[in-house]
Amino acid sequence: MASTVIPANQAQAPAPKLNYLNNGHSLKSWLLTTDHKRIAVLYLISVTVFFFLGGFFAMLIRLELLTPQGDLMQADTYNKVFTMHGMIMVFFFLIPVVPAVLGNFLIPIMIGAKDLAFPRINLLSWYLYMVGGIMISHVMLTGGVDTGWTFYSPFSTEYTNTKIVEAGLAAFMAGFSSIFTGLNFIVTIHRMRAPGLTWNRLPLFVWANYATSIIMILGTPVVAITIVLVAVERLFHLGIFDPRLGGDPLLFQHLFWFYSHPAVYIMILPSMGVISELITCFSRKRVFGYNFVALSSIAIAVIGFLVWAHHMFVAGISLYAAMIFSFLTFFVGVPSAVKVFNWTATLYRGSITYATPMLYAFGFIGLFTIGGLTGLFLATLGIDVHVTDTYFVVAHFHYVMVGGVLMGYLGGMHFWWPKISGRMYPEGWAKLSALFVFVGFNLTFFPQFILGYVGMPRRYWQYPPEFQVLNVLSTAGSSVLAVGYLLPMIYFLWSLKYGPIAPANPWGAAGLEWKTTSPPPTFNFDETPVVTWEAYNYDEIPAPKELEGPGER
Amino acid sequence: MAGQVDALYIYLLLVSGVMTALIYIAVTVLAIKYRRKPGREAHQIEGSTILEISWSIIPFFVMLTFFIWGAVIYFKERTPPADATEVYVVAKQWMWKIEHMEGQREINELHVPVGQDIKLIMTSQDVIHSFFIPAFRVKQDVLPGRYTTLWFKATVPGRYHLFCAEYCGTNHSGMGGDIVVMEPQDYAQWMAGGPSAPLQETGKQLFTQLGCATCHRFDVQGRGPNLTGVYNKAVLLEDGRTVIADENYVRESILNPTAKIVSGFKPVMPTFQGIVSDEQLNALVAYVKSLAQPPTGTAGLQNQPATSPAQPQNMQVQ
Repeated sequence: MASTVIPANQAQAPAPKLNYLNNGHSLKSWLLTTDHKRIAVLYLISVTVFFFLGGFFAMLIRLELLTPQGDLMQADTYNKVFTMHGMIMVFFFLIPVVPAVLGNFLIPIMIGAKDLAFPRINLLSWYLYMVGGIMISHVMLTGGVDTGWTFYSPFSTEYTNTKIVEAGLAAFMAGFSSIFTGLNFIVTIHRMRAPGLTWNRLPLFVWANYATSIIMILGTPVVAITIVLVAVERLFHLGIFDPRLGGDPLLFQHLFWFYSHPAVYIMILPSMGVISELITCFSRKRVFGYNFVALSSIAIAVIGFLVWAHHMFVAGISLYAAMIFSFLTFFVGVPSAVKVFNWTATLYRGSITYATPMLYAFGFIGLFTIGGLTGLFLATLGIDVHVTDTYFVVAHFHYVMVGGVLMGYLGGMHFWWPKISGRMYPEGWAKLSALFVFVGFNLTFFPQFILGYVGMPRRYWQYPPEFQVLNVLSTAGSSVLAVGYLLPMIYFLWSLKYGPIAPANPWGAAGLEWKTTSPPPTFNFDETPVVTWEAYNYDEIPAPKELEGPGER
Repeated sequence: MAGQVDALYIYLLLVSGVMTALIYIAVTVLAIKYRRKPGREAHQIEGSTILEISWSIIPFFVMLTFFIWGAVIYFKERTPPADATEVYVVAKQWMWKIEHMEGQREINELHVPVGQDIKLIMTSQDVIHSFFIPAFRVKQDVLPGRYTTLWFKATVPGRYHLFCAEYCGTNHSGMGGDIVVMEPQDYAQWMAGGPSAPLQETGKQLFTQLGCATCHRFDVQGRGPNLTGVYNKAVLLEDGRTVIADENYVRESILNPTAKIVSGFKPVMPTFQGIVSDEQLNALVAYVKSLAQPPTGTAGLQNQPATSPAQPQNMQVQ
């Protein structure tokens, strides 16, 4: 079963030289490290913990919805469970996952730098993230919070007695963590590129993270302000959002979505960057239309700031405001569509192999296509009125965030695992888990589109019996999905000890990260590389002989 | 309306179904056709500006058809017919309180006659709720401190789900009910069973009880504007702005009278925030609206400022 890509006996001998993993073993050498790769590993461990915590809450939701009656838990408990699921997944998993783990590890290496521009701030980012994470865990253990991750006022400011302020501060902390990460990436990408590595030679993963960083530093302060305003209204009863105090509840929604819509692009853009790396590598081709793909990331970041009120078409905004925001929303569809078309075109006349990362890339295209197209349904005013706040929306954003972000992340983790850990994962198990994820995901979330169109509102603890069949399908799918997520966790850990030793470049991939050893030394390169080639110069890199292809079974 | 939304939905399903199929087929075919074979190298291609521009622009024009069609439906959804039957809705955690103009009240049920345009004038006593009738494909958030409206015309008698679609706390999923669509004669019979006075009559009594009538006079010019014929007309404000005296304006003028002072008047009216309930507010608004047709001999909009200096009244804001 566990057929591996590189048989152990053909791999290089275990690297005798010092690498970032064996350069110090004490706890202090990890907790006080300023090495971007070690910080990435710290993030990897912590986001994984939060992912499984958020996943645990997701399972509770799916189990409750197995039957129409609210019978597994109390209504209040259910409300706290979906709030925790949303908060943990959004603030402590989806937003940091690709930038803080893969971005942190790879961006300096991809641009030929020794580290990020501000290594200590990078460590501070992780500590802020952990403070936020500990706060949200404390909230969870001492009563929870029941507003949904959206914190809509006046419910959050005047009508609930759960731990709003502390939960808000947890998100605030996580927010500052991502502001610092974004700042670090922008400065690093501007100032620390290796000689010859011009902007149009940058890997698309770097471009995607650059666009993400712009959103992080421009959008996140707005949600921080919003959280402070919620706390001020709650603690001092100053009228900001509650109309009884003279405030405006729609102001909250405008401020909240001004960040939280672009936040969706914080999540998806880095994953799109991963997909560009995977498709090129396993087609052995340069990307079709480098400039379009690179600039589409920037276009998404910019236009993404102009569409927030499409979350508010039935909230009570004016008729014409709704029309303008609907119109602008279609603009953001264009660069996303361009990416999908260009990836597909990249396959044309390639030399394609189907290693696990590529399967995840195919999965990403499949799920993101559905997620993106259903986004057009929601941008269409007449349809949105009916399906907003129903399971249609739930299905749509899971297709984008879980289908998109997680497929990209898992694809990237398999692709760069040899670089991060110095070991190969078992290819057979990995293919099996990719299959579980794809099938389980569709079985979980596709029925929810139908459920939404026939009218089941979201955040419902109980529901009319006619919705049960679709809910049962969804719950069944979620258990398949859970297996798909648990498997990589197990075999990645297994491979740390038993996996074959990874060579420097097991995939025959372009990119500077493959020109250093696996795992890389603490300062990434023995001498600063000089770049004289374009990105994805696959015509100049020999394909590895062992790379699994369908003709070689 | 449901038919129009469904037609657009089917159009979107078809277009995106075709798109999805094209992408899936393209990926599958290319992935198989160009799989790695010994002796065949990948063929490096830079890209094609013409192709890329066309697959940026063509989808955009397709999306424009979504936008236009969707906006047309939305415009209809947001524009109630002028002669629609009005029903007041007050939402609270966790129930829907309905008041018909005839005075009938109901909770978590809304009886309407088939084939009649119904306009709901909705507000919330506490948090944000959302009035959602899936069968009619309509939904509108219900906010505290203002009115939002929703209209529909039911075409088939029967019972339909009413859901709260905006998360509103513990019993959010229990905040539902039924829309009962009846044949006109059944509806008339149901309506006749109600004992209450029409809503504007309740409003008229309140208008006297609360002392509104002492300033808002209909015979001579009082300290407040004569309200006859004011509803839905343009009103010139003290600060030079002009606003339409719609339901939200009348409501705001009762709860926060100094927010928009009519030109020529002094800010002497006390707030009724905390003094009148949302139901009483609805009755007062209904009454002011019923004054829209000026009886002969009244001053209408020819309001003149009061000559006697007004004594500010001290009433506690609650």
